Amino acid sequence: MSDRRVLAALTARRVRELEDGGAHAFVDWSEAALLAQAGAPVSPAGGALAGETVAVKDNICDLTFHTTCCSRILEGYRSPFEATAVRRLRAVGALVAGKTNCDEFGMGSSTEFSCHGPTLNPFDAARVPGGSSGGSAAAVASGAVSMALGSETGGSVRHPAAFCGVVGIKPTYGRVSRYGLVAFGSSLDQIGTFGRDVASAARLLAAISGRDPLDATSLDRHPLPPPGPAPASLAGTVIGIPREYFGEGLHPGVAAGMRRAMDRFRDLGAELRDVSLPHTKYAVPTYYIVAPAEASSNLARYDGVRYGRRVAEGAADVRALYGASRGTGFGPEVRRRILLGTYVLSAGFYEAYYGKAQRARERIRADFKAVFASGVHALFTPTTPTPAFKLGENLGDPVAMYLSDIYVCTANLAGVPALSLPIGRDQGLPLGGQLIGPMEGEAEIVRIAQALERVVGGAEEVR
Amino acid sequence: MNAPAAMQGGGASAGAWETVIGLEVHVQLKTRTKMFCGCSSVFGDPPNTNVCPVCLGLPGALPVPNEQALRLAVRAAYGLGLTVHPRSIFARKNYFYPDLPKGYQISQHVEPLSTGGRLEVESPDRGAMTVGITRIHVEEDAAKSFHDKVPGMTAVDFNRSGVPLIEIVGEPDLRSPAEARAYLTALKQILVYLEVSDCSMEEGSLRVDANVSVRPAESAELRTRCEIKNLNSFANVERALTFERDRHIAVYESGGTIEQRTMTFDAVKGEVRPVRSKEESHDYRYFPEPDIPPLVLAPEWLDAERAAQPELPAGKRARFEKDFGLSAYDARVLSGTRTLAAYYEEAVGCGVEPKDAANWVMNDVLALSPDGETLTVSAAATVAAIRLVKAGKVSRQNGRKVLAQLAEREKAGGITGSGALISSPPQMAGMAEQVAQELGILQVSDTGEIDGWVRELLEAHTAEVARYEGGEEKLFGFLVGQVMKRSKGRADPKLVNAALRKALKS
Repeated sequence: MSDRRVLAALTARRVRELEDGGAHAFVDWSEAALLAQAGAPVSPAGGALAGETVAVKDNICDLTFHTTCCSRILEGYRSPFEATAVRRLRAVGALVAGKTNCDEFGMGSSTEFSCHGPTLNPFDAARVPGGSSGGSAAAVASGAVSMALGSETGGSVRHPAAFCGVVGIKPTYGRVSRYGLVAFGSSLDQIGTFGRDVASAARLLAAISGRDPLDATSLDRHPLPPPGPAPASLAGTVIGIPREYFGEGLHPGVAAGMRRAMDRFRDLGAELRDVSLPHTKYAVPTYYIVAPAEASSNLARYDGVRYGRRVAEGAADVRALYGASRGTGFGPEVRRRILLGTYVLSAGFYEAYYGKAQRARERIRADFKAVFASGVHALFTPTTPTPAFKLGENLGDPVAMYLSDIYVCTANLAGVPALSLPIGRDQGLPLGGQLIGPMEGEAEIVRIAQALERVVGGAEEVR
Repeated sequence: MNAPAAMQGGGASAGAWETVIGLEVHVQLKTRTKMFCGCSSVFGDPPNTNVCPVCLGLPGALPVPNEQALRLAVRAAYGLGLTVHPRSIFARKNYFYPDLPKGYQISQHVEPLSTGGRLEVESPDRGAMTVGITRIHVEEDAAKSFHDKVPGMTAVDFNRSGVPLIEIVGEPDLRSPAEARAYLTALKQILVYLEVSDCSMEEGSLRVDANVSVRPAESAELRTRCEIKNLNSFANVERALTFERDRHIAVYESGGTIEQRTMTFDAVKGEVRPVRSKEESHDYRYFPEPDIPPLVLAPEWLDAERAAQPELPAGKRARFEKDFGLSAYDARVLSGTRTLAAYYEEAVGCGVEPKDAANWVMNDVLALSPDGETLTVSAAATVAAIRLVKAGKVSRQNGRKVLAQLAEREKAGGITGSGALISSPPQMAGMAEQVAQELGILQVSDTGEIDGWVRELLEAHTAEVARYEGGEEKLFGFLVGQVMKRSKGRADPKLVNAALRKALKS
C-alpha cells in the first residue's frame, strides 16, 4: 500500500470513529472516496500538503461530495465545478476527507441551524462547537483530520476554533478566492483555515491563497509563503489591547485566560499598549444590516426552478412554486435574515439602514487603519465573550446568539486578517485569544501567534 | 437612411395636444463572449448550449467583467457625446423571474458608466434637432422564456443569460411617434458605425421601451406616462406610440385620467394593452454589487479609446460635401454606412473624379447590391469601369454592363464585397477592357468605319435626309440613332455626330 492509501484508510477509520461517537462533524464522507483520491496520480510539482487530510465545510464546492450548505433547499445538490481553494489544496497533495457540518449557509454561531442536526463539541457533548464552521473545527479538534477549510462572514472560523481549542485563520478579504464558496454576504465572505497548531493552519492558508482570475475581488498578489519557525522572542513587537474588547459581559474564565496570555506576551519581550477602536460598538448592528442585505440577494437564486428543492405540487403559478420551495427549503434563521435583508434594502428604508451601515463600516475600517498606523503590529483580544455554551441555550434568543460574534465580526467588516489560537482552558472548556493584523498582515499575526503558542499552555486550566 | 414615413395626427383634435416621448434602448454589445463569463454570446445556437456555472447562477459562481464589453460601451458613450466616468459602480437589481437565474440582474444604478450626451436627429416634423441622452450604462441580459415551445410549460434558454448590453436612456425630448422613429434610425446608424452592436431587432440585439404621455399644446407640464414594452421593429414603435398617444388624448378629452402603467404592444392586433399588474411595481432593492469592485477606468485607457473613435456619419457627411463638392443628398447616402463610405473613399483615392465616383457608387454599385447594403463588386473594378467610360472606350450605359460582368467574375473567383480579384489597377483595367471586347461593346472610333455607316444611312433614308435638309432639324437625332443602330451601339456618338453633320452639309 502506498503512503497515500495508508493515510486514506487511517483517516477513514478516524472519521468513522468520530461519527460513530455521535459528533456529527461530517455531513458527507466515505472511505471509498478517500481511497479513490489516494489512488489518483499526484502532480509531480505538488507536495506542500502531501500527507495532510483536509475536511471541507459544506458551503464550499467540490466534485467528490454533495454541496448542500446544510440546507434543505440544496438537498442532493452536487456542484459541477470545484472551488479554487479545493482545487489548489488537492494540487499540492492533500486528501479531502469529506464535507463538514455548519449552520445553514453559514448563518449562525453554534452549528445548530443545520438541516442535518447539530455537531457536538468534542470537549463536552452537551455544548455547541461554535459556528458556523463547527463541523470543521470539531473534525480538526478530534484529530480525524489535520486541517480543515471553513468560511467566515462574521467570525465563523475563529468562533468555533475558540470553542473547540484549535487554531482558525481568517485571511485578508481577497487573499483567498471565493470562487466556489457559496455566497452569504459577498463583501464579508472569506474562506478560512483550521489547524491543530498555528503552523498547520498557516500552511493550508498558504496553499490556497493567491490571485484567481475567476474572482474579481481577489487580491492581485502571489500566494503567501509558508510559515517560518516560531520566534523565541517578540522584542520590538507592539501588541495593542483594544479596551472596547474587554467590556461588560466578558466571562471571568475568558478574562483570566487573557490576563495569563498577556503575561506571556510580556515574558516574550513584546510591548503591550492600551489602544481604542471607538466605533466597535457599531460593529454588531452594522454587521446585521450588511450581511442580511447581501444574503437576501445571494439566496434569491434558490427558487426551485433549476436545481435544489422544488415544491411544485399544488403550485398554481411560478410565484406559488417559489413560495412553497423557499418556504419549506430554508430554515428559521435563514428566513429571518432574508426578511431582515429584504427590509433594509427596501425603497424608503435603504438610506436609514444600508446607507448608514455602509458609513459605519467605513468608520470601523478607519479605526483599524489608524491604530495600525500608530505603530501597533497586531491587536490582541478575546475571540468570544464566553467559552462554548450549551446546546439550545441561545436558540430562542437571536440577539444573544448574535452577540457571541461581537469580537469577531469587526475583522470581516474591515477586511483585515485575524486568527484565533487556544490560550488555555476554563473548567475543561477551551478559550480562544484573537490576533488581528493590518490589511495583508497575515505573516505578522502568524509569527506572533507562533511565539505565543509555544509558551501559552493552550491545554492548561487558567484559574 | 430611409426617410421615416409620416404618420401624422391620430385623433381629430391631435393638434390641441403635444406628445412627449422618451425612449430606453437596450443594445447587445458585439462581443465574442458574455458579460461576466467566457461563454459564447452568439445568437441562434441550440438552446442551453452556451452556458456555464456563472451564467446559470449556480451556487459558488462569481462574475468577472468582460473588458471588450466595457470598451464597446465606452465607445458608444463617446460616440453619443456622453461623459464617461472614471469610476462607476455595478449594482444588483433584485427581482424574481424564471429567466433570471441569480434572482438579480447585474446592472448599474446610482453611479453609471456615463451620463449627459446628445444625438442629432433629422425630425420629419421639426427638421434638424438635438435629443438629449441621459445616460448609458452596462448590464447583463436575462435568459429568454418561451411560452409556446412546450404545452402548458415555460421553457427557458439560458444562452442569452449574461449577454452584454448597454441601456441608452434618452431624454423625453421627442414630440411625435415619427420623431421617435427618426431618433431610433439615427441611433442605430451611429451604433452600427461604431461597430458596437449589430442592432438587429429580429435577433433581439436592439430592444426599445417607450415612455409616452400627452399634454395640452403650449403647456410645459408633464402628465402621467405609460411605458410600452415588446416593441419589435421601428415601424411598430411608431404604430404603438401612435395608438397610445391617441388613447391618452381620447381619455383626456372624455374627462378621464391616465393611470401610470406598463403596456405591451400586440403587433398582430396593432394595439397596446396593459401587462398584468403582477409584473409591474417592483421594488428592485438596488445595492452595490459586492462581487465586482468599483469599475475604475484609467485616464490613459479612456484617452486611447477616445482617440480610437472612428469618424461618425455627421462628420463624414460634412467632409464629403466640403472636400468632394458633393450635394447634401449624395453625401448623406454615401456616408450611410461605414462600408459604403469606405468604398467611396477607396474609389476616390484611386484618382477618379469624386462626382463621377459618387454617381457610379450610388447608381451602379448599389444597383448590383441585393439588399442595398452588401457590396458585390470591388472598388477597383468600379474604378476600372469608370476609366473605361472616361476614355471613350465604352458608352456610359455599356459601362454598367462591364461592371456587372466584373462583379460576376469576382464572385466566381470567390471574391465578394470590396476585395478585388486583381489587385493591381493596370491589370484590372486590362480585364475591364477585355470584358468590353468579349461583350462586343468596345466603342468604334475608326472614322472610316463610321463614315461607311453614314453612307449606308444616306442611301437607306433618302426621304428623312431630304426633310432634314428641308429644315426639319429635329430629325437629326433620328438619323444619329439610325447610325448607332447600324453600329450595334458601338460607335462613339460624338464621332457619329461629327461625321453626320459633315455628310449632310456637303
